[in-house]
Amino acid sequence: MENNSKLNIKEFLDKDEQKDLLRFLTAGSVDDGKSTLIGRLLFDSKKLYEDQLDALERDSKRMGNAGDHIDYALLLDGLKAEREQGITIDVAYRYFSTNNRKFIIADTPGHEQYTRNMITGGSTANLAIILVDARTGVITQTRRHSFLVSLLGIKHVVLAVNKMDLVDFSEDRFNEIVKEYKEFIAPLNIPDVTCIPLSALDGDNVVVKSERTPWYAGISLLDFLETVHIDNDHNLADFRFPVQYVLRPNLDFRGFCGKVASGIVRKGDEVVALPSGKKSRIKSIVTYDGELDYAFPPQSVTLTLEDEIDVSRGEMLVHPDNLPVVDRNFEAMLVWMDEEPMDLNKSFFIKQTTNLSRSRISNIKYKVDVNTMEQLSVENGQLTTDSLPMQLNQIARVVLTTAKELFFDPYQKNKATGAFILIDPITNNTSAVGMIIDRVEDKDMHISEDLPVLNLPKLGIAPEHYEIIEKAVKDLERQGIEVKIIK
Amino acid sequence: MEEYKLSHLKELEAESIHIIREVAAEFENPVMLYSIGKDSSVMVRLAEKAFYPGKVPFPLMHIDSKWKFKEMIQFRDEYAKKYGWNLIVESNMEAFHAGVGPFTHGSKVHTDLMKTKALLSALDKYKFDAAFGGARRDEEKSRAKERIFSFRDKFHQWDPKNQRPELWDIYNARVHKGESIRVFPLSNWTELDIWQYIRLENIPIVPLYYAKERPCVTIDGNLIMADDDRLPEKYRDQIEMKMVRFRTLGCWPLTGAVESNADTIETIVEEMMTTTKSERTTRVIDFDQEASMEQKKREGYF
Repeated sequence: MENNSKLNIKEFLDKDEQKDLLRFLTAGSVDDGKSTLIGRLLFDSKKLYEDQLDALERDSKRMGNAGDHIDYALLLDGLKAEREQGITIDVAYRYFSTNNRKFIIADTPGHEQYTRNMITGGSTANLAIILVDARTGVITQTRRHSFLVSLLGIKHVVLAVNKMDLVDFSEDRFNEIVKEYKEFIAPLNIPDVTCIPLSALDGDNVVVKSERTPWYAGISLLDFLETVHIDNDHNLADFRFPVQYVLRPNLDFRGFCGKVASGIVRKGDEVVALPSGKKSRIKSIVTYDGELDYAFPPQSVTLTLEDEIDVSRGEMLVHPDNLPVVDRNFEAMLVWMDEEPMDLNKSFFIKQTTNLSRSRISNIKYKVDVNTMEQLSVENGQLTTDSLPMQLNQIARVVLTTAKELFFDPYQKNKATGAFILIDPITNNTSAVGMIIDRVEDKDMHISEDLPVLNLPKLGIAPEHYEIIEKAVKDLERQGIEVKIIK
Repeated sequence: MEEYKLSHLKELEAESIHIIREVAAEFENPVMLYSIGKDSSVMVRLAEKAFYPGKVPFPLMHIDSKWKFKEMIQFRDEYAKKYGWNLIVESNMEAFHAGVGPFTHGSKVHTDLMKTKALLSALDKYKFDAAFGGARRDEEKSRAKERIFSFRDKFHQWDPKNQRPELWDIYNARVHKGESIRVFPLSNWTELDIWQYIRLENIPIVPLYYAKERPCVTIDGNLIMADDDRLPEKYRDQIEMKMVRFRTLGCWPLTGAVESNADTIETIVEEMMTTTKSERTTRVIDFDQEASMEQKKREGYF
């Protein structure tokens, strides 16, 4: 008997080890039953331990809003203050697994002032579940969520039409909502949209297909989550390796550590280092667990090269026949995340892959009304010079100019090299996040903000002093002063 | 056919290595906080992987409350020696000499002085600008909302209402002098992931996790192992040998054992899958007050 059970657990572990990972975002308001849905996914997938349930029952009696039902929302709203307010105010991450997959849920709020949290939660998601209440159907908030999902480049959307029990599981009502949603979402470029009629409270079509929706030909939400294909979500075509850390344990070994941002790299591949343009070949792909013949995203590896070429953090290894855009001027969709409004005169730090530079917002082309997706600009009279600078939760198409060249791809083609954050040099807050659209020609653009240069050999500084100078420059950088070192 | 797909464990491993390297590259003086527990053991192995074949470019630091299990201390010293880690051990010696301990002062005072205060003084002493911790988001509700790079002001406090947005894998590592970041590379790992990884990678863990006959007494409903002679007199004649193991490790008077026969990782996982209590219930400190972990985090304890 005991041997038998040991065998089973070993089988279980061997199988579990092979599971893949799906990260998804849930968007909707408390009223849509979002927390109830998540609670049910966790509950029904047997993730909830008994003592967590005990605590839940205690809390529900004290402050629950769900009548006789267990209030699943209480399970999810972790922080004390927000429990008192009865709303989820930040992103909370939840974990569960089924026989086939592990899941990470980013639970994000639906209120307008918290766009930034949804953007935060959605940035790593493969899939988004957007909840609507079957009684109200597609509302402003649904459109906003869908727009943000498309902005983030999430490829799979589930429209969860919840509270079907309150519309008598009406097929007509469901079809009406689906039709309206599909019309709305058509221009948003989301390749995979699935609509499922649900009752999160009663569990219809959440884990098991419901008998109360015989007209629904699809599968349950959980079945869908377990089977949706996400293999192609990584860009495997364009090899980009932002160097993260240079490893020099001894004179014979110089390794470039990093995460394969996109594409596939093989031992023996010819690579070019950006921005130097120097070429070499991949000598080895080193990991603690042995050398690899090839590496792909999102693996973290260490590459060694056949030739001694100088590559530092922030620089990039790519294939010579497939280069990213190299430029200092580009357009991007920017989301303002800071309480402090945008200051157009400020020079922000920009972090893109492992590259840190300074950046100015050169131009705001238009802002987007997240509710209507309407473009608001000075030209069309919707904005004035005063209302131009971005405020918290606003989204705009902007032109950015960086102090040094970045190596990037359009975000919709390659998330890993098209995403960036802007950091306020004084508060150090992450003020904005952006998704690159493409380069812009800089005919009449700007002002080269060339960095001061310390040319160490030219200054007659001996190599043994380089390290201390680099350290001093790093100190300066912390204070917001950037200096370029040539050695 | 080549496969371009990672299992969830390999994906989590890659994510953690990326985080660890990012800290080493962006901070001047990082440290890895080491609790000697199973999660720490995994985190330490991930750091070794991140810089292989080089040496890890930051030290390990253990905050010794002076009430840890003897086996933990022995394991810590052996591990650090075997893998060539630079190990820092810090304690609140002032409070220790004043006789502070859980039996005499209660769990709250003991934890405040011997853990939180000791940690904060050590961070100040070495001026660390980043400190890795092994916390997971699935452990506890307030942790579920914390960023991977979690900003702390110069008093080491966490402000849950004012967290920096954290997107993609781009981490904001910028701090002013005196401020710091707590970094949680295991944020997205679950308890089962940790055990799976220990099993697959043969990561050494403290033997206290495995069931064995140990001397125990029941104190306030918790099964406490009599680890040294500081157990108050009144309990001594109640000591019984019991087949027990620990699901988490901390100060021995504050860490309840569970009766168990699980003496392999497989049987531990089996027990975990069928058990009805989640792992922190054996931690006495969580029940001090409502939302107590959030409170402790705000004060600077993880």
